[in-house]
Amino acid sequence: MMSTEAQTVQSENATAHLPTLADELLRRTGRNPAKCYQCGKCSAGCPMAAETDHRPHDVLRLAGLDRREQLLASESLWLCLGCETCTARCPNDCDPASVIDALKAMAVEQLPDALPKPFSAFHHAFLDQIKAHGRISELGMMVSYKLRSGALFADATSGPGMFQRGKLHLKPPKIEGVDEVRAIFKACEEDGQ
Amino acid sequence: MTIGYYPGCSLEGTAREYDESVRLTAGALDIELKEVDDWSCCGATSAHSVNHLLSLALPARNLALAESAGHDAVLAPCAACYNRLARASHEVATDSELAAKMPKIIGRPFANSVKVRTVVDVLREAIPSIKAKATKPLDGMKVACYYGCLLMRPPEVSGSDDPENPTCMEDVAKAAGAQPVSWNLRLECCGGSMSVPRTGSVVRLGRAILADARAAGAEALVVACPMCHSNLDFRQSAMANRGEAPMPVFYISQLVGLALGLPAKELGLDRHFVSVRSLLDNRPAAAAKEVA
Ligand code: SF4
Ligand code: SF4
Repeated sequence: MMSTEAQTVQSENATAHLPTLADELLRRTGRNPAKCYQCGKCSAGCPMAAETDHRPHDVLRLAGLDRREQLLASESLWLCLGCETCTARCPNDCDPASVIDALKAMAVEQLPDALPKPFSAFHHAFLDQIKAHGRISELGMMVSYKLRSGALFADATSGPGMFQRGKLHLKPPKIEGVDEVRAIFKACEEDGQ
Repeated sequence: MTIGYYPGCSLEGTAREYDESVRLTAGALDIELKEVDDWSCCGATSAHSVNHLLSLALPARNLALAESAGHDAVLAPCAACYNRLARASHEVATDSELAAKMPKIIGRPFANSVKVRTVVDVLREAIPSIKAKATKPLDGMKVACYYGCLLMRPPEVSGSDDPENPTCMEDVAKAAGAQPVSWNLRLECCGGSMSVPRTGSVVRLGRAILADARAAGAEALVVACPMCHSNLDFRQSAMANRGEAPMPVFYISQLVGLALGLPAKELGLDRHFVSVRSLLDNRPAAAAKEVA
């Protein structure tokens, strides 16, 4: 889908060989980072603002400045909790949470080796579970996460307390439509988003 | 009333008592839950971080299953599942190109006709029946209703209640005879999605939430999300400051269930890490007896 806004951004950059980061974000999210007027309302409510280098309004600004490498390699993207506070409060419909998600997806595609390990290990472990069983086995996910991240002794929702309370199953769930779910992964990967 | 039921992965594992209490409480209120057959994970937490289309297609499969089972609404007790299902439905409704290609991506017919609902939303609608059937109201128990981040979002989907100043959870707690306190951090994120890769951040956020609830005079927290619960209940010993009494964390469905006189054990109250026993012991005899 290409809005008139998207066409404008593209034609302004017609001389450039590569689309700008703003172009790409607009294509992926339908939002133009240039619309952000840096009011900072998003960051004022962001629970991770105290911990990240790039708060949501910084992300929007850097996107507008086409700082592709700086953004895609930043741990800040992965520190986003996806709580959507920024998106709910932006007076300008810039949807920082979706912009950050799109940047994460771009980092996965374009800079896979630079992903911070605990986060890439977690997301891969999570998605591998869905591909394998159609549902998440929390126990299976923890094992897979620990192996991928190397954090073998990290606290990770496991422990005897969970078993005692009947909260962890040894047998992974399996659904009948697991092939259907795998086909969805394949179709989405091939769609080239 | 019959409604499609999408438990989601956490409710089959660490949040088993949420599933137990939702089913039991709904039954007592004559709400018939029909589990969506062969449902799959909604992709929450991770799919949206790596592939946008995947983050919509995984929920869409479940919406399509609910639709083919003839449901016009589906209940998603997990706030993260709710958010992903509602977002997929919203994006398909507002993007005709996406709507056109979705059936092909998920390999099923999909008309996007199912409304996604939260437990709070369904319980609020049942308030008259909760009041009528509350044989063991909670006797003014002071509770901090904690919405967390995703229960009211996306706001364009969650509809009726004010997303920045909602009252739906307080309304339900009141119907159960509890007394909701007024506090600040009820819509702040607890960091649940980062519990595994970055535990330190989660402890920081949770500690602030517990401290604020305590300062407002709450005896217990009430939540409607498995990730909030596992964070604030399971990790509480790491979050509390020395000398503070632990604060029990109820699911809203457990709170209502207790008021309806359902047995505490069957509502899964003994699966919590922070015991609810001393709190219920000082309440009307019946509830206390059930836990003992
Ligand atoms: S709230 Fe919106 S307009 Fe304001 S700085 Fe954040 S993204 Fe930009
Ligand atoms: S979604 Fe991410 S960037 Fe936005 S407020 Fe939440 S943590 Fe901050």
